[in-house]
Amino acid sequence: MGLWDTITGRSRPKRANLDALFLVPSAAITLQTAAGLNPTGDGSVCFRAAAGAGFHQTQDEIVALLRGAADAPEVQISTDSYGFTWLQVHRDPDDTGGLCTDLHAVNTTLESEGFGPGLLCSLIPFADPSGRRVGLVYLYKKGTFYPFAPTGEQQRDNLLELQVRDTLRDELPIEPELSGWLALWGAPGL
Amino acid sequence: MARSRFVGDAGLTARMTTVMFLLGGLFVVLVVGLSLLVGMRAPGLGVLIGLGGIGVAVYQWANSDKVAMRAMRAREVTPEEAPELHGVIDRLCALADMPKPRVGIADTDVPNAFATGRSPDRAVVCVTTGILGMLTAEEMEGVLAHELSHVAHRDVLVMTVASSAGIAAGMLGQGARFGAFGFFGGRGRGNVGGMPVWLFVLLFSLAVYAVSFVLLRLLSRYRELAADRAGAYLTMRPDALASALTKITGGINQIPQRDLRQVSAASALCIVPAIGGISLKTLTATHPTLEQRLDQLAKIQAELSRPSS
Repeated sequence: MGLWDTITGRSRPKRANLDALFLVPSAAITLQTAAGLNPTGDGSVCFRAAAGAGFHQTQDEIVALLRGAADAPEVQISTDSYGFTWLQVHRDPDDTGGLCTDLHAVNTTLESEGFGPGLLCSLIPFADPSGRRVGLVYLYKKGTFYPFAPTGEQQRDNLLELQVRDTLRDELPIEPELSGWLALWGAPGL
Repeated sequence: MARSRFVGDAGLTARMTTVMFLLGGLFVVLVVGLSLLVGMRAPGLGVLIGLGGIGVAVYQWANSDKVAMRAMRAREVTPEEAPELHGVIDRLCALADMPKPRVGIADTDVPNAFATGRSPDRAVVCVTTGILGMLTAEEMEGVLAHELSHVAHRDVLVMTVASSAGIAAGMLGQGARFGAFGFFGGRGRGNVGGMPVWLFVLLFSLAVYAVSFVLLRLLSRYRELAADRAGAYLTMRPDALASALTKITGGINQIPQRDLRQVSAASALCIVPAIGGISLKTLTATHPTLEQRLDQLAKIQAELSRPSS
């Protein structure tokens, strides 16, 4: 915020930064080979639904767009206890590229309709054969990724998270502030 | 190309800028006027006292988080103590990309929330137990977004700077009353056209203080409206904030539940308050009326729900 914004008491909503999502497919391969974590085929976008008809129309258009494709993924919409909406997409676990394209389409549509400031994060879950799960979270407003590995109701596996960070350090922009690694308890797919 | 549903409010900006300009102008008038009045007798004294007043204000600003927390008997809570409150604030801060403030809870039944602190990094957002019990999760989020907007707008700093003229004038008035200028103003009391200097200083300071008092309240109301706007755009739910405001203000009875057809013809003419326009109450209130705030939120709601072309 500049001086003028401070004086006028105005903060502009942060625009989302969408481009880095296409870095995920190659990062998924690295996770697979280096840490044994495989994509589960799920992916979700978390956003704040605006009140009113305009948003519903946009959301319906997005779902129609995803379901209309020739190799349509499964699409599901749910709301969490914080009032955020999760749009979940499920594809074949090997098709991470297609999944990221879907997520990107959701984001660009929301942004082009003026709802970009309502985007919170995107989540792509991974799992290893022993059942450990870790989600790769993309924070739009910062344009950075961080891992989130819940192990229970309110517990997370910090060691695994740090391991994922070190594995992906060269491929993705990782959130440097550990305090910015927000937990997403009960996120779909984790 | 991506378009934004965020629409600036040129009117609010213009009004706010005008008020701030007038407050700044008032400060200049105070300093220049006093140096003309007193300067010949006790050079620099008026400025010195004014600076002392501003020093007190700066101290208050620097310690605003502690002072306000103590005044409200609030205590800071950890994420373990209040996980839901922290969770909501976490997400709002991620949505707005701002540093997370500390969180406090005050143990009182009065429904209230406030944010304070000298900078966004040192801010505290505090809610009372009363408001926690009264509002739903969505409404609470709207209120917290409003408070976070105050933090983002640096309202504590702006109001401290803006009140400097008033504080300095008030201090000078007090100094004059206790005869400070009589002591320091050279030999005895000077005369300006038959009236003692200290009386001039007193009247002048009082006048400046009165004007700045009204302007400050006006500015405070604009800042509230600005925080309402920013909060509504952050949560994208102006309706939640509106219903929270209605609950907190206790004005839930203002919008009647009764059917229009049940109300007799005579009383239907009386739903508009008898005294309208500017009264002393509207001039000195620190917060805009509920009606003004709901009005603005309704406009934002309409903007957000505009169908996509």
